[in-house]
Amino acid sequence: MTITSLIDSPSELTDAASSKTAIVLMTRIRLARNLSGTAFPGWAKPAQREEVLRICRKAVAATSPMKRSLNITVGELSDLEKQILVERHLISRELSGAKGGAGVVISKDQAFSVMVNEEDHLRIQVLRSGFQLKKAWNAITELDSALEDHLDYAFTPTLGYLTACPTNLGTAMRASAMMHLPALVISNQMEKVVRAVNQLGMVVRGLFGEGSDASGSIFQISNQTTLGESEGEIIKRLHTVLQSIIEHELNAREKLLEADAGKLFDKVGRAFGILQNSHLLSSGEAMNLLSLIRLGIDLAVFPDASRSVIDRLFIEAQPGHLQHAQKGEFDPAQRDLLRAARLRSEFANFVPPNFSFSTNGKN
Amino acid sequence: MANPLKCDLCAKPATVHLTQIVSNKVHKVDLCETCAQVKGVTDPSGFSLADLLLKASLNPDTPAAGGRCEQCGFTQSDFKKHGRFGCPTCYEAFKGVVEPMLDTMHKGTTHTGKIPQRAIERKSIYDRLTKLELDLTEAIKSERYEDAARARDEISQVKQTVPSNPKSAR
Repeated sequence: MTITSLIDSPSELTDAASSKTAIVLMTRIRLARNLSGTAFPGWAKPAQREEVLRICRKAVAATSPMKRSLNITVGELSDLEKQILVERHLISRELSGAKGGAGVVISKDQAFSVMVNEEDHLRIQVLRSGFQLKKAWNAITELDSALEDHLDYAFTPTLGYLTACPTNLGTAMRASAMMHLPALVISNQMEKVVRAVNQLGMVVRGLFGEGSDASGSIFQISNQTTLGESEGEIIKRLHTVLQSIIEHELNAREKLLEADAGKLFDKVGRAFGILQNSHLLSSGEAMNLLSLIRLGIDLAVFPDASRSVIDRLFIEAQPGHLQHAQKGEFDPAQRDLLRAARLRSEFANFVPPNFSFSTNGKN
Repeated sequence: MANPLKCDLCAKPATVHLTQIVSNKVHKVDLCETCAQVKGVTDPSGFSLADLLLKASLNPDTPAAGGRCEQCGFTQSDFKKHGRFGCPTCYEAFKGVVEPMLDTMHKGTTHTGKIPQRAIERKSIYDRLTKLELDLTEAIKSERYEDAARARDEISQVKQTVPSNPKSAR
């Protein structure tokens, strides 16, 4: 598979959006693995990195989920292609900045990606749309075991899988869910949630990981620690935390509707108006407006079928995707013009809001 | 204050004091205004306490044991600089540095999760073969032909358990 055909096919993320993905947009698990007796990527000499890259790419490509995959080095990717892969969560920012001897293998359906020579020799990742921790784990452990047939992993019985950074030792697993939490944001409860989640040993981040902002009210929640608990225990704990965040978000929505439904529907309706008519939209503003439309879908203002459109636009409104669609490179001001035009045309044919039964008697 | 707290990351006076309870363990971090900003402690969208603790434990004031990893040449001061190790063997070489860190960083200090079973089996078969082949050469050299025959039989036995295709090693 080539990078061009991969970019032009829909990603796992935008594929299966249904009411099941209402609050948890996507589940993701990644495992860090290293080859025994070999220097970690950050310390390895260029020749060693090349050797590791060669061995790992071959082993990964031989597994069954990676049939007809995209198998490419970072050097072969243009800046724009790298940005698109970052926006699809298929590679990390760190990998996209790698100088040499780094690469990635991405499955045809974009559900699996294996980064080679990021912080660790292998960063194996699986993406699943919706809330599917268990399924994601089953898929990734199978791929990991298949790789183990060909690669000697660095492992000790007490420390588990050895990783470049001691914060990843043990299971070397980070399981996360990407959650859409507009009502908790609107009602200013997010700070409280973040604190509570931290106390439970989980981390909250923005859409694109560490340091990114939470535009579009989308947050990533993942486990903080990796040693001392099995993968199953971590996943179970995360599952419980996510479940309780979902409940809080639903409660917050309920409360907003009870307190002042008119105010909430005003936000949704205005967002629709801006998306239909604006001529300048930054990616942050676009994300926030799309988030309100998505909330409207959950509140039955728009039909359920529109959810997948919004999830696709969340990604297509990002700078890399926007420039790719327009076939060129543009400065931020031009991008804001293009983004607004793109969204205007998308929302010209969007099913209009229907507030009649949602607001019944509440105004 | 007679003895003002210093920032865990630089030496400036600490003004941000953070206490976090992670899995029933209390973690305390003292930071100056600048470091707190940089580390995103004041950012409600969250920050990685584990990373912060790692950096704090890398405080250059702690005496360096000056160890060195035989395998890759990585030194303890390299670790303080990068916050990452050089190779898997470093964990053995810098055991004294790693072990005290784990307790604050993780939920436990011993791995209880997945084990790369097949890779471990493969290695143990490989180690056994290497030893038997050594036995065989020694026995022949010292004309202990009975021992040599035994070693040879064992080698062919072990080789039969080695799957030609590693996939069948389940």
